[in-house]
Amino acid sequence: MAYEWHRPIEGRWISFTALTFLAIVVGGLVLLIPPFYMQGTIEPVEGMRPYSALEVEGRDIYIREGCNTCHSQMVRPFKTETDRYGHYSVAGESIYDRPFLWGSRRTGPDLARAGGRYPDSWHWLHFVDPRNIEPRSNMPAFEFLTERPLDTSLTSRRLATLRRLGHPYSDAEISGAAQAAARQAESVAASLRADGIALDETQARSEAIALIAYLQSLGRAMKQQAATTALVGEAR
Amino acid sequence: MDDRSAPAGPVIYDMGVVRGFAISTLLWGGVGMLVGLLAAIQLAWPELNFPPYLHFGRIRPVHTNAVIFGFTLGAVFTGTYYAVQRLCRVRMYSDLLSRINLWGWNAIIVAAAVTLLLGKTTSKEYAELEWPIDIAIAVVWVVYGINFLGTIAIRRERQMYAALWFWIATVLTIAMLHIVNSMALPVSMWKSYSAYAGVHDANIQWWYGHNAVGFLLTTPILGLMYYFLPKQAGRPIFSHRLSILHFWSLIFIYIWAGPHHLIYSPLPDWAQTFGAAFSVMLILPSWGGMLNGLLTLRGAWDRVRTDPLLKMFVVGLTFYGMSTFEGPMMALKTVNSLSHFTNWTIGHVHSGALGWVGLTSFAVLYYIVPRLWHTSLYSVRLAEVHFWVATLGLVLYVTPMWVSGVTQGLMWRAVNPDGSLAYTFIETVSAIRIYDVIRAFGGALFVGGAFIMFYNVWMTIRQGTAEAPAPDALAGAAPAVAGGR
Repeated sequence: MAYEWHRPIEGRWISFTALTFLAIVVGGLVLLIPPFYMQGTIEPVEGMRPYSALEVEGRDIYIREGCNTCHSQMVRPFKTETDRYGHYSVAGESIYDRPFLWGSRRTGPDLARAGGRYPDSWHWLHFVDPRNIEPRSNMPAFEFLTERPLDTSLTSRRLATLRRLGHPYSDAEISGAAQAAARQAESVAASLRADGIALDETQARSEAIALIAYLQSLGRAMKQQAATTALVGEAR
Repeated sequence: MDDRSAPAGPVIYDMGVVRGFAISTLLWGGVGMLVGLLAAIQLAWPELNFPPYLHFGRIRPVHTNAVIFGFTLGAVFTGTYYAVQRLCRVRMYSDLLSRINLWGWNAIIVAAAVTLLLGKTTSKEYAELEWPIDIAIAVVWVVYGINFLGTIAIRRERQMYAALWFWIATVLTIAMLHIVNSMALPVSMWKSYSAYAGVHDANIQWWYGHNAVGFLLTTPILGLMYYFLPKQAGRPIFSHRLSILHFWSLIFIYIWAGPHHLIYSPLPDWAQTFGAAFSVMLILPSWGGMLNGLLTLRGAWDRVRTDPLLKMFVVGLTFYGMSTFEGPMMALKTVNSLSHFTNWTIGHVHSGALGWVGLTSFAVLYYIVPRLWHTSLYSVRLAEVHFWVATLGLVLYVTPMWVSGVTQGLMWRAVNPDGSLAYTFIETVSAIRIYDVIRAFGGALFVGGAFIMFYNVWMTIRQGTAEAPAPDALAGAAPAVAGGR
C-alpha cells in the first residue's frame, strides 16, 4: 500500500514525537522571528513618548475592566475607517503597548484615536452612565470607577518594570511616579470642575481620572504626524 | 522497547482519574455556558451588568476560560485518560501524575475564575491569566505530557493508532504556544507586563490564539473522534491513508495561519498574506478529517436514526466542515474587511465551539460515563432530546450572528452619494440589537440542552457503581469494559 512507508514511525513514539515537533515549529519560526528585525515595527513614530505615570495606571485599569473586549484600538486603512476614526494605525505607535490592545470585536467604537475627541467631562459623565449621553448605548456603567480612589503604591514599580523591558523612563520619573500621577490627576480634576462637575476629595483622585488621562493620550502622536504629512503633501 | 510481552494478568486501567475529569468537565461546562449566556444577555440588556465583578468586560474572559480550559480541555483529559490506556493496553504511566493533573488542573480553573472576576488579567485573549497561574498551567501541562507520553512509551501495542498522533501534537504544541506567549515581567503578584510590545505582541498572541483553536479545539477533538466514533459505530475508521495525509498536513499548515487575525493591521503585509494563504490551504486537511469521520459511517447510517451519540458525532463533524470552510473564507482580505470586528467572527467561533467541540464532547461523555459507573445510560430518550435542543440552539445562535455581522459590517462602510459616512456608530449598534436577543435565546437553548445532560448523567451515576462488578459479571459486558475494570 502507498502508506507502508509510514508504518515504522507509527511504532516509534520518539521519532514520531520528534517529527511532529518539526512540523509544528517551522511556521512559528518563519512568522515570529523576522518582524523583530524589521525597522518599521521597532521604531517609534515621531513625537511618540512612553505613557505618563497616570496614563500607565489608567491603561492598567482599562485592561483590568476588559475594555478591550468591546473596543478595538486598530484603525484599518480604508477610507470609511479613516473618515470615522482618523489616521489608520501604524506599527511605530504601539511600541510602548505591553500588551497590545488592538482588540478583536467592535461592540463599541474604535478608540485608537480617542485622545482629544471629547472633553474630560464627557468621559466622566459617560462612565457614570453611558446612557446619560447616548440612550441607545449598551455599555456597562462604570460609576464605581469614579468613587474608588486610585492606588498609586505600585506606580513606581510599574514604570520600573516597563523600563527593564526597554521603555525610556528616567530615574526621576520612576522615583517620582506617584507624585507625577497625582499632579496630572489634579489637572484632569480641574478640567472636570471647570466643566461644572462637582468632585469630592475621593472623586478628584479616583480611578476614573486615570482612565480619562489614558484615553486622552490615545493616538495623539499620530495626529501630529498626520498634520505634518498633510503639510508636506501640500508643498509637493 | 520492542520487548512487549503479554501482561501476566488482566490490565487494571485507572478509571478513577477519568471519573474525576468527567465530573469536573460537566461542572465547568455548566458554569462556563451559564456565564456565556449572561454575557449574551448583557449585550442586549446593559442594565444587567453588575459592576464591579459581573460586567461584560470581566465575565467574558471567565466564559471563554471556563468553556475552553474547564469544559473542552476537561473533555480532552477525560477522553484521553480513558482511551490512551486502552490504545496502549497498559495502565497510566503514573497514578501520582494522574492525580496531580486532575486536582492541579481543577485548582487552576478555580483560580482562573476568581482572579478574572477580580480583574487580574493580561487581556490577551484565551491567555488572560496572570503569571503565577501561567506557571502552574505550564507545570500541570508538563505533568500531563510526561504521563501521556510515558504511557505510550510503556505500551503493549506496537502501532500507535491515529487518535494518539493527534494527542501527541496537542501535548507538544500547547506547551510551546503557552510558554512563548505567556512570557512577561511581573510587577507584583497579580500584575505583569508582556515581554513583547505592540506589533510583536499581537503577532505572537495570534500565533498562540489561532493555534489554541487548532490544538485545543481541533486536534484533540479529532483524536476523540478517531477513537470514539468508530467505537460507537462499531466500524473501523474509513481510511488509514487519509488519516496520515490529513494529520501531517493539518499540523504543519495550522501554525502558519495565525496572522489572519491581523489582516489590515500594522503587521507586515507579507505575514498577513502568509496567514491568508495557509488558511485557504487548511480547507483540505480539515475536510480530510471530516470526511474520514463521516465515511466511517458507511453502512451504518441506519443506526444514526436511532442513536443520539452518532447524531452528535455526525452534526459535530458537519459543523467542523462548515466552520473550517467559513474560516478560510473570512481570512481572505476582501471578506475579512467586512467580517473583522463584527459578530460574524463570534458566530464563526461558536459554530465550531458549540457544533464541533460541544456536540463531540457531549457524545464522548455520553459514551464514557455509563462505562465508568458500570451501567447503561439512564435515558437514551433524554439524550435524543438534548441533541435536538442543542442543534436548534446552535442554529438560532449562529444564524443571527451571521446576519448581525454582515449588517454591521455593511453599515460601517456605507456612504452617502456625497461620500460621507451613512451611519453613526450607535446606529449600527441599535441595528443589531434584535440579533443579540435571538442569539441569547439560541444560547439559552444550548445551555438548557446541557442541563438535560447533567440530569441524565447524574441519574446514570446514581444507578451505577464506581466499583467494578465481580469478574464473572463481566462476561456479558460491553467490550470496552472487558479486560479491566
